[in-house]
Amino acid sequence: MQNIRILTEGDSSVLIEFGKEISPEINRKITATVQMMKEQHIEGVVDMIPAFCSLLINYDPRVISFDELKKRLEHLVKLDAKAGKSRKKIYEIPVCYGGEYGPDMENIAKNAGLTEEEVIKIHSSRDYLIYMLGFLPGFCYLGGLDERIHTPRLANPRIKINAGSVGIGGSQTGIYPLDSPGGWQLMGMTPVKTYDPNRETPILVEAGDYIRFVPIDEAEYNRIKELVERGEYQCIIHEEEA
Amino acid sequence: MGIRILKGGMMTTVQDLGRNGYQSQGFSVAGAMDVRSLKIANLLLDNPENEAVLEITLIGPTLEFTSATIIAITGGDFQPQINGKPAPMYTALYMNKGDILKFGSARTGSRGYIAFSSYLEIPVVMGSRCTNLKSKIGGFKGRKLQAGDYMNFRIKRRYLPFFLSRKLEGDNFDQEEATLRVIMGPQDDLISRQGIETFLNSEYTVTSDFDRMGCRLEGPFIAPKKTSDIISDGIAFGAIQVPSHGKPIILLSDRQTTGGYAKIATVASVDIPKLVQRKTDHKIHFKAITVQEAQQLYLEELKELDAMRKTIHKPCKEVLDCRLVAKRLTKLFE
Repeated sequence: MQNIRILTEGDSSVLIEFGKEISPEINRKITATVQMMKEQHIEGVVDMIPAFCSLLINYDPRVISFDELKKRLEHLVKLDAKAGKSRKKIYEIPVCYGGEYGPDMENIAKNAGLTEEEVIKIHSSRDYLIYMLGFLPGFCYLGGLDERIHTPRLANPRIKINAGSVGIGGSQTGIYPLDSPGGWQLMGMTPVKTYDPNRETPILVEAGDYIRFVPIDEAEYNRIKELVERGEYQCIIHEEEA
Repeated sequence: MGIRILKGGMMTTVQDLGRNGYQSQGFSVAGAMDVRSLKIANLLLDNPENEAVLEITLIGPTLEFTSATIIAITGGDFQPQINGKPAPMYTALYMNKGDILKFGSARTGSRGYIAFSSYLEIPVVMGSRCTNLKSKIGGFKGRKLQAGDYMNFRIKRRYLPFFLSRKLEGDNFDQEEATLRVIMGPQDDLISRQGIETFLNSEYTVTSDFDRMGCRLEGPFIAPKKTSDIISDGIAFGAIQVPSHGKPIILLSDRQTTGGYAKIATVASVDIPKLVQRKTDHKIHFKAITVQEAQQLYLEELKELDAMRKTIHKPCKEVLDCRLVAKRLTKLFE
């Protein structure tokens, strides 16, 4: 805990630096701090951006000064050691892999020297920690992709990747929350909308949660897609002891 | 009962103080670039500080009023005209049904603000009416305004007390250079000593890469100690990134929530308007101050706004003179 630093980022933000590496332990501390910040409800704090190994806090200096906030945060990060999320939340994301749903599946398998079935099995056999959200609304930076299926980005990025596409870019895997240009190799599609501006909660997940990819076939994809469009689909969430 | 857009101008959007609380999900704050001018526009009409206004950029729009209301125009000078006659800025102005409000290009500054006493009818999306262009949410259909767009007013409000007092001196945006006070950090420790000296003692030039997301500057190379790449972290309004090309980028309202370049410093809130009102080729200097000093400046600006609020709530000289005459006349008949 010694190396936690509280730094200024202008007159209306502080950056708490928890370390300088990407690790689940550091990320857990950040998630716990965010949780405590929400519980303590420090007057003047207007927003928080948890990232891989830091937490940016925006505040209104007319309500709380830097010196005052720093004092409160120093106290709070000391408490951190005792706290921590005791339960982990895992969101099931059904994915239809390969074929027209995953135009780069062949590339990914070839690059890995595996069959497509093996790639699917590897990709869907572990839970991925959501380190942070950023880049696009609802875009999750996931950790823990199996090294065997790391795949370089496309030399020529696509101009448009459809929302719901699941892909691999280098050592990362993830879901495109909305139509966007991008260079990731696409392995499948999910019918679930990870971002829907018309939903009460536009984004399903938050940093510190986990994602589990579950292979589905085309018929199941279409069935879920219809439910999603009618607004009747409920994402499957597992809760486990951490 | 509202306004119709006859010409959209270069980049006219609905803005307020921004959409806070959703950055952790990847949503930019957006909101007005020049927060001070937005606040003054609303203040002139006794609007809430955070009420939605129009932000106009470099080339202004033309609007037609389909019902009466009161407006105030602040920020850069876009040479506004009402029905072909020059209209004063930083002043409450009655608008009648059928009036045409036309803006030219920015003579000074680069962003202007129009506030309405009848409030624009724009749905609140995730706590704000501001336009987020990248996510296509908020504001008018999540996009900039164009000819043919129509917005209603939410309320009828065509009376304001002390109407003749509602004018202010206004800010001046005709300078072609600005000294921005900055708070060093959070990653100035990744920049070499020489790099910091270069940053604080050189002249930088605003390039044409200047939009609501950020402003790229051209100028002397700021050398990192080793690398200026960091593990991505959150970005504040006015944060100054130094990527490996060594030229500063100042991140503004539509900034992405996170980024992977070292931030050498952050512009003091009170000085962000000085930057966002500049144009391409204008000159920028940086001066380091402490966070305590910056917060003091911010509080002083709030006091200044309070003082403005007081001046526009007193009867003006013209009105007082009438009262004096009336009092004397009354005495004659006593």
